[in-house]
Amino acid sequence: MEHYNMNLTLKVWKQKNTNASGSFEIYQVKDISSEMSFLEMFDVLNEQLILEGKEPIAFDHDCREGICGMCSMYINGRAHGPWEKNTTCQLHMRAFKDGDTIVVEPWRSKAFPVIKDLMVNRSAFDRIIQAGGYISVNTGNAQDANALPIDKKNADDAFMAAACIGCGACVAACKNSSAMLFVSAKVSQLALLPQGQPERESRVLNMVAQMDKEAFGNCTNTYACEAECPKGISVSNIARLNREYLSASLSTEE
Amino acid sequence: MGLTGLFLVTFLIVHAGVNACIFINDGGATFNAAAHFMSHNWVIRIMEIGLFAGLIAHILQGLLLWKQNTAARPTKYAMSAANENSKWYSRSMGILGSLLLIFLVIHISKFFVGTKVAMYADGGANDASHNLYLEMKEEFQKWWVVLIYSLGVISLFWHLLHGFQSAFQTLGINHKRYTPLIKTIGVGYTFIICLLFLLMPIAFYFGWIQ
Repeated sequence: MEHYNMNLTLKVWKQKNTNASGSFEIYQVKDISSEMSFLEMFDVLNEQLILEGKEPIAFDHDCREGICGMCSMYINGRAHGPWEKNTTCQLHMRAFKDGDTIVVEPWRSKAFPVIKDLMVNRSAFDRIIQAGGYISVNTGNAQDANALPIDKKNADDAFMAAACIGCGACVAACKNSSAMLFVSAKVSQLALLPQGQPERESRVLNMVAQMDKEAFGNCTNTYACEAECPKGISVSNIARLNREYLSASLSTEE
Repeated sequence: MGLTGLFLVTFLIVHAGVNACIFINDGGATFNAAAHFMSHNWVIRIMEIGLFAGLIAHILQGLLLWKQNTAARPTKYAMSAANENSKWYSRSMGILGSLLLIFLVIHISKFFVGTKVAMYADGGANDASHNLYLEMKEEFQKWWVVLIYSLGVISLFWHLLHGFQSAFQTLGINHKRYTPLIKTIGVGYTFIICLLFLLMPIAFYFGWIQ
């Protein structure tokens, strides 16, 4: 892959705190290598701002290897930028060319208030997990791998659902700010496994109730979430969530 | 939304089927007989109430979704490349539905109300002589009526194209083997229903049927 340098114009959302009204600031960056990641380009910009005595741009990041789900940036109108199944840290500058203008915004959702600039508060996801995304057993040592027989297909589907990193791209990309893909992945990974059975009904009811309480929107099946998910979580999980919810609602006596 | 939607989907089959009687091209005899049965049979009359209830429920659900979903994103994105991740019509069901509702008001006031007036006004004196076929034929001589109907059917086309398969997903049906089948049936259904509805005003306007 050919290496090249580029000069870019960045239009970045700046917001002092949750209650402040933000606005776009325009920045110029020069000699950005095509081999840099998008976050490294932001590091270069922030170094430059610090040297100029200006305030750097606040953004979330942690692992920088595509597995933590922190780097929430809406780049040129898409969650995590133009590449498929990708996080911002794994987006590389070769996705852009010299002279490009790039618009960077935080996730926009009532349930994800902006903390500062590009950082949003995704605690709503944590509260949904606290409402039921767990199994109530004391875990000792790990069991023998095959002590519990699990259907191969169920094991595969559970693993696929468990790949969710809780980044919030599904909510960000959804026109309704719906969290159905996230919740469906978390419900599915446990509903498909034997360990998840004792709390199967209460889990789905409580997690959906918490999701609604957090003011996420409703799913209207546009499937934008699946298209933007960095881990390729399938919307078939949402159908499973609907099934689980329907059957739990009909059979629960609480 | 899915349940009421699928209910309305079944209604459209009956509606398109009865209307297709005009293509027999017998001066409306079959169509008028079918229309008379639909407006006078008491089983159908009871189902008619269910139909309006279903339609109203579908509209109310849509309004509720619209309200909650707009509130869920108070600040819009300055730049959105939504076409990269989803189909425009899947994101435009509210607009398409509203266009359909406007069309329905016009449609119902033209033909449904006309039939009811003939049946009940003046003690039903005009019921026997009421000719729905002739009424249609006259209405569809006006270019602007044909245009409104065509636009209505186009809205219905995009609404169904998303709605049919979407309803199954909402009801929890998403299967490796059956979902592609459901999607194919949905596309086929949408094309057939909309083609039939579209052909009616056009066939009358161009005098393809007498």
